[in-house]
Amino acid sequence: MKIKKNIAVSENGFVFDPTTGDSYSLNEIGTEFLNLMKAGKSKEKIQKEIMNKYDVDEITFEKSFHDFIKMLATYQLIEDHEEK
Amino acid sequence: MEKLRFERPIIKRIETGMPNKFGTKTEYDPISHIDGVAVADLIKKYGSPLFVVSEKTIRKTFNDAKRSFYTRYPRVQFAWSYKTNYLDAVCRVFHDEGSWAEVVSGFEYDKAIRNGVKGDKIIFNGPDKSEADLEKAAKNGSMIHLDHFDELYTLIELAEKKNLKPKVAVRVNMDTGIYPSWDRFGFNYENGEAWDAINRIMLNKKLELVGLHTHIGTYILSVKSYGIAASKLSYLASEIEKKYGHAIKYIDMGGGFASKNTLKGAYLPGTDTCPSFDEYAESITSGIINSEIKPENLPFLILESGRALIDDAGYIIGTTLANKRLPDGRRSMIIDVGVNLLFTSFWYEHKITPAHAFTQHTEDTTIFGPLCMNIDVIRQNISFPVLKKGDQFVISKVGAYNMTQWLQFITLRPKIVLIDLKKGVHIIRESETAENFIRMEKTPEHLTSRQE
Ligand SMILES: Cc1ncc(COP(=O)(O)O)c(C=O)c1O
Repeated sequence: MKIKKNIAVSENGFVFDPTTGDSYSLNEIGTEFLNLMKAGKSKEKIQKEIMNKYDVDEITFEKSFHDFIKMLATYQLIEDHEEK
Repeated sequence: MEKLRFERPIIKRIETGMPNKFGTKTEYDPISHIDGVAVADLIKKYGSPLFVVSEKTIRKTFNDAKRSFYTRYPRVQFAWSYKTNYLDAVCRVFHDEGSWAEVVSGFEYDKAIRNGVKGDKIIFNGPDKSEADLEKAAKNGSMIHLDHFDELYTLIELAEKKNLKPKVAVRVNMDTGIYPSWDRFGFNYENGEAWDAINRIMLNKKLELVGLHTHIGTYILSVKSYGIAASKLSYLASEIEKKYGHAIKYIDMGGGFASKNTLKGAYLPGTDTCPSFDEYAESITSGIINSEIKPENLPFLILESGRALIDDAGYIIGTTLANKRLPDGRRSMIIDVGVNLLFTSFWYEHKITPAHAFTQHTEDTTIFGPLCMNIDVIRQNISFPVLKKGDQFVISKVGAYNMTQWLQFITLRPKIVLIDLKKGVHIIRESETAENFIRMEKTPEHLTSRQE
């Protein structure tokens, strides 16, 4: 899955989608996830980085990641929908 | 290097300008401790979910209420409304503070006696008192509050037969300008029924008329209604004085003061809309003081306030079971506290607070209980911090009615603990076991002997 190229992510957790004019707020981890995804990192890479930095186990990461992607899809912030 | 605390990642669309149905932003602190005892420790030791009662808060709330009335009226007496919370430990805190008992069944009556309340300090209300109940109460010198004419005549007969002189009060219902008007209990003021009942008692002489009683409803936000009710009862008292030269001993204004919970659908939180004890006290005492009752006959003022005295002292603490995305993208959260334990979630938007630190980020959330039933909703729409499976929370102001109206439904009921003034934790009701219920059931033989 790819994040829409033209969306802007600010450091303090705001997202702006110029195609719809909608803004979004993210929490700290959400911001990290989105930035890593925007940088084109694979899920495995993201998992490694997050697990190094945060106190989180594999299952919790997995659940959170999928829930987050579902929300990105709901808000149509993902370019192609053939996720996974 | 120590790793950072992980919070579930969330993204939320910003809706400009318009407050949505999930309400405004939640800005508050976690509740990690109750009266200095850690929520996490309580759950570890006593299980989840767990009801927690604060003795300190009971005593403080009671004394706040008492002060509001004593400073305005010389003769005040509280009577603890058993149905609101009749755990023995809770009742005994109120009795220790000087409360009498207000009961509405034989079961509650016997509970009050077991809690050491003297018979003549028990007020017996309600539409269902058996003859045996009435006889016991009459012999003990309790105050029997009459609900209907059938009861009045049953008691007159009993008094004759057993040579007793029961102490009675007439429960009066009336229009105080509020809706709904509780007109099914007692005798009506406006149509003259209450005055009729009073005359029958006074002329018959088998009963001693000691008081007048009303309970205008529950969660009453209209302070003025109490003033109207107090004036109407005072008027009846002065008419009794005039006609019979008889001074009644007390006016009982019942309960009904609102607690600081937020009613479902209310625009503002209960903490903003709820009148103070001072406001209720001012209205009630003015109604009595400014009446025609002679100063030397000034009656005792009895109050049977329930929810306003105990709601704040009760908490239920519990654990997040799961998070789930609903088909429309909304978040739902399942917790181990359901409507089986939190009966009042049918009326209130209960305040639920994480027990640990959380960020200001929230998601629009529906909070479900653990029951496999569609009605098991604790909060329909709440803007709530992101909790994950296993995270703990505290639901506040649940002291009234939940620990009496809870249901043994689908699962067993948990323990209740009391935190004393010195942070000591005491189990005041054990959790239920399957044994408790197996013991009460009986299976007919033709069903037990069935072979596979
Ligand atoms: C006669 C009587 N007194 C007192 C109460 C306590 O009411 P509340 O909890 O609203 O103060 C009730 C409750 O319904 C009642 O019926």
